[in-house]
Amino acid sequence: MVTLNQLIAVCLAYVALLFVVAFWAERAALRGRGGRLLGSPVVYTLSLSIYCTAWTFYGAVGYAARSGLEYVTIYLGPSLVMIGWWWVLRRLVRIGREQRVTSVADLISARYGKSNLLAVMVTVMSVVGVTPYIALQLQSVTLSVSIFAAQGAGVGAAAGVPLSDNAAFWVAAGLALFTVLFGTRNLNVNERHHGVVIAVAVEAVVKLVALLAVGAFVVWGIAGGVAETIARIDASPIGTWETSGSRWTALIVVSAAAFICLPRMFQVMVVENDDERHLQIASWAFPLYLLAISLFVVPIAVAGLELMPAGSNPDLYVLTVPLSQGQNGLAMLAFLGGFSSATSMVIVATLALSTMMSNHIVMPLWLKLSQSGVQQSGDVRDVVIRARRLSILLIISLGYFYYRGSGGSGALAAIGLISFGGVAQFLPALLGGIFWRGATRTGAVAGLTIGFVLWMFTMLLPSFGPDGALPAAVFEEGLFGLGMLRPEALFGITGIDPTVHAVWWSLSLNSFVFFIVSSFSFPSPLERLQGAQFVNAFDHSSGPAKGWSAGQGGAEDLMIMSQRILGANEAQAFFRAHAARQGSAETTPVPTPEFVQALERELAASVGAATANAMISQIIGGQAISVEDLMAVADESAQLLEYSGRLEVKSRQLAETAQELGRANEKLTQLSLQKDSFLSQISHELRTPMTSIRAFSEILRDMEGLSPSEKTRYASIIHSETIRLTRLLDDLLDLSVLESGQVSLNAEQANLHDVIERSVLTAQASSPRRIAVRRAVQAEDVTLFTDGDRLAQVFINLTTNAIKYCDAVEPVLRIAVRREGSDVKISFSDNGSGIPVEAQNLVFEKFARLGNGAGDGAGLGLAICREIMTRLGGDIHYVSHEGQSTFEVSLGALMVEKDKQRLLPA
Amino acid sequence: MPQTRLFLERRSYRRRRIMDVVRILPVICALLWLVVPTMWPNGPEPEAATFLSTALKYLFVIWVIAIATSFALWRRIHRHDHKQGGVQNGPRD
Repeated sequence: MVTLNQLIAVCLAYVALLFVVAFWAERAALRGRGGRLLGSPVVYTLSLSIYCTAWTFYGAVGYAARSGLEYVTIYLGPSLVMIGWWWVLRRLVRIGREQRVTSVADLISARYGKSNLLAVMVTVMSVVGVTPYIALQLQSVTLSVSIFAAQGAGVGAAAGVPLSDNAAFWVAAGLALFTVLFGTRNLNVNERHHGVVIAVAVEAVVKLVALLAVGAFVVWGIAGGVAETIARIDASPIGTWETSGSRWTALIVVSAAAFICLPRMFQVMVVENDDERHLQIASWAFPLYLLAISLFVVPIAVAGLELMPAGSNPDLYVLTVPLSQGQNGLAMLAFLGGFSSATSMVIVATLALSTMMSNHIVMPLWLKLSQSGVQQSGDVRDVVIRARRLSILLIISLGYFYYRGSGGSGALAAIGLISFGGVAQFLPALLGGIFWRGATRTGAVAGLTIGFVLWMFTMLLPSFGPDGALPAAVFEEGLFGLGMLRPEALFGITGIDPTVHAVWWSLSLNSFVFFIVSSFSFPSPLERLQGAQFVNAFDHSSGPAKGWSAGQGGAEDLMIMSQRILGANEAQAFFRAHAARQGSAETTPVPTPEFVQALERELAASVGAATANAMISQIIGGQAISVEDLMAVADESAQLLEYSGRLEVKSRQLAETAQELGRANEKLTQLSLQKDSFLSQISHELRTPMTSIRAFSEILRDMEGLSPSEKTRYASIIHSETIRLTRLLDDLLDLSVLESGQVSLNAEQANLHDVIERSVLTAQASSPRRIAVRRAVQAEDVTLFTDGDRLAQVFINLTTNAIKYCDAVEPVLRIAVRREGSDVKISFSDNGSGIPVEAQNLVFEKFARLGNGAGDGAGLGLAICREIMTRLGGDIHYVSHEGQSTFEVSLGALMVEKDKQRLLPA
Repeated sequence: MPQTRLFLERRSYRRRRIMDVVRILPVICALLWLVVPTMWPNGPEPEAATFLSTALKYLFVIWVIAIATSFALWRRIHRHDHKQGGVQNGPRD
């Protein structure tokens, strides 16, 4: 027997315990201690369990007693989302941390260009959607109290009604107090509430233990084992599978959607997340929690159906079954479990909603109303905190009045599903926002509006029954008498389950409109910027968005405003840190775009993205962001790529240039060496004849009594040396004229045969050695238009060389003429040993003479030949093959034709 | 310029395949939970209908397997990254 006073005492003790735990956690977090526990994945997973509210605790059993296994859909949906963490939650958590979002409304608003309209819409929709849910919690606590009260009074449940109204009020007041105390103690960076989170974790354990205890009692205490329990289940009125396929699917989908979109789930899952790695641990730990909490639901429901009298409320079987068996302690534990589920849900939900309300409704209004602007001094934090406290009171009051208004009737599960359907409307805008860059603000507004209106019309309003919120006529004939607009048969399609009908039409039309309007509207630059950041949250190529153009002298104003929101100490620390980062010793940093961006994020963590953006633009004067800036940011990686590509090309060019320079340098060095050796050669060549001229002229001058024959001999030596000198100088002159290009060529018609004939005769005449010359006279009949004398000079030189240097016993010179296309090639080959390989490159150089030094030439002949041939437009080179040494002269195509121009000096 | 390599060493290869399983697991679960039950006979005829305990066992067994798989995957990735001395290729990509 549990008296009401005992119950109240236990409740108060429990709440006091929660207070202590929360208080300890806050203190520990403040001192930076207890981080291991506060930031552990276990606490994170347990805090997720606020998904399991009093609906789960009481309602699931009631749901199972009414509709069999359908209740399990509410847990399968979230399990799927958690197991599929990699797809959606990982992204949400990353974005939430990077953008420092404070709520689901903040996320949606930030994604769509920090739009306050969207933030307000989502906030209002959340409040409307969650109000029935809060009422549900109050209702369940009140109902559970009434059970004990009825027991205590020893009369029927009806006697508990006046008391339960009071209970609802006191429960609401207590919850409001707890939430205000721990949810709005500080306007926190990151919006993290350690006290609340740890209290929620404790409550998660209590409710799980309570439900498992009741379940274990039912299975082993009442039924007598697992096998017996299964037999009882199959024998019970709910013993067969009776869920329709469409309802099954729709409920799983809507619960999965709600799990992501519910403001309180978003709060614990994304905003309070300390470490992204916790998500993967929760991916198996949280489904495990859900499995445990839903494991005994069916056995308890079956036991309730068996044991309890007809007409008793199945939502309360968790309490009434142990009570009927005289298990007062167990019933008390169950009551605490239910109380835990209700309180934790209400606390976190109101906290999340109050943040949304203060950030997205109160603050923008306040900004607009206090026209003096945000620069004035005075702490805005008071305004924010007061706004939050008022919001908490407002939300809990709304829940309380909904409970009073709805009369506390209705199955818990039905109320819960209405809430789920409402918040699920955020899903298209949310998923579209993080996966699709094409999603626009206009599209999101349109989709949300359609979805919300349809949800109101097909789910929320009909829940009050005919003539409740909607006149019965509307149910029968449709809105405005249009048969198309019947709330439970839109477009005249009847026969669908009302829940499936509402979920299907609202979600599908919401998504469709969102997609179509997004596709045909154009986003603002800021929207596109945010869109790119959200969708590419895992590529770090695009840095933080730089949207602010730094204003002049805005730093002071920014400081004043930040102090009012962050608090004087925090703001000063933040400014100092950034000043230091900028390398300045001052306390105020230069308001660079980067700094303003960082400040905006910092403020956004306290008041939400849209409000922070609005506040900063009041000071800086609008976000100067253009499509060009956008392109610049978006193409940053591309630019980087291009830049590195260009760098690569540049460095390749540099390497090439360096190589060329090296080659040029080498050539210059060679030329310098050549010049030196040329000079020394020339002095040597000049010196030898000079020495002999000097010696013999001295002899002639100084020696007495020289015979006339001697005089003649010496004079002729001097003469021949002079000739040699003259020839050398002539050659040098010739070469320099040829090299400098100042030579004048007399082009005229000539026959190759004549030129060769003349050359061979001249060469033979000037040399005492004999050489047999073999020619093919017919082939030589080529008419040329060239300077015949110069060409003859080349031929004479080649022939003379052959006569001089051919070392064969019977020297033979072959002169062959052949045509190659329009070119004419004349080869001079002798049967001598040829030129050594190492000397072949040198024969055309000046003063290049082969080692034996047998000849009397100066070594300029072939150099002159090459110059002449180059001037004539032809070429000469040495070919060595088959033991023959061959000089090949190509006349070039143009020599054969009558093209005078080519023969003129260049 | 960071370039994605075409072939990976054994360990990185293994990690990528584990991530593939992580990605595919919810799809398999969705098929088993969402699609299969809609094919069960339902209705008032008791002889044709599925027993509730059968349905219950089916759903919970899949649930347990999914949790166990998810747990095993987490353990493997955790150990893997621990051995590797850091997360490569960006966190959990």
